[in-house]
Amino acid sequence: MTSQTFNNKIRILLIEDNVGDVRLTQEIFKNSKLSNNIDVISNGIEALAFLRQEDQYKDAVHPDLILLDLSLPRRGGMDVLVEIKADDALKLIPVVILTSSQAEQDIVNSYNLHANAYVVKPVALDDFVTVIKSIEDFWVGVVKLPPNEKE
Amino acid sequence: MDTNTNPLITILLVEDNPGDVRLTREALKEGKFRNVMHDVGDGIEALDFLHQRGKYTNVSRPDLILLDLNLPKKSGLEVLAEIKADKDIKRIPVVILTTSEAEQDVLRSYNHHANAYVTKPVDLDQFMVVVKSIEDFWLEIVKLPLDVRKE
Repeated sequence: MTSQTFNNKIRILLIEDNVGDVRLTQEIFKNSKLSNNIDVISNGIEALAFLRQEDQYKDAVHPDLILLDLSLPRRGGMDVLVEIKADDALKLIPVVILTSSQAEQDIVNSYNLHANAYVVKPVALDDFVTVIKSIEDFWVGVVKLPPNEKE
Repeated sequence: MDTNTNPLITILLVEDNPGDVRLTREALKEGKFRNVMHDVGDGIEALDFLHQRGKYTNVSRPDLILLDLNLPKKSGLEVLAEIKADKDIKRIPVVILTTSEAEQDVLRSYNHHANAYVTKPVDLDQFMVVVKSIEDFWLEIVKLPLDVRKE
């Protein structure tokens, strides 16, 4: 079923400043049966530099999927989303919002700004694991991701 | 997850193949999340439904759209483009569900802000697995931009 089995490793960019959430997410992906590679960036400015391959990120590879927190230092996740979706070189990359915010306004704004999906981070550890695994099952196992021109 | 408090999710399936409609309906019915599925068989009807026009004046807007690409009267891509250009309905997630594996279709769909692109497996069991996985992710994990007017 996995539409990606013929592809190379799926590259995921996690944009998240909470170290606990980063570690947990990395562990879950590492134990996955689906081949993947995860890069982590902890603020909005650097996330955009990474995606645009600027400065220290000139050798960065475009991700196939972006997991984006909304509450980020320096530049908020909503700003990052707007920039990604307005950039012809980046707008194809699916962005899954992964946030603790349940505010209706954040949900509606994110979808209006073309977030591909909005997921609330559960507080309980088991639920967090379930959510990350489900993101992985769907986006890595079921979805046909856009071709990544960088590969 | 807090399935008990989940509202009834309305899904619009835009699909002209009666066999696929039936299978999708069955797969969604077996799922553990409360949902009601409407189906329309061409692109014009889909837009009438979404704009609550003609015979659809009394329907409520769907929370999630499953959209085939190959449709009579108006193609799925045209329907997608109209949805995502309309400020009243652009927030509704659209999952493309198609037999096409053509890279052009994948690219065009993401460029027109499809929320996800999923290919329909030919094999019956795999088809059920894919629909269930869409259900698991979009009904259980994702926070949908629910239509407040109907609650």
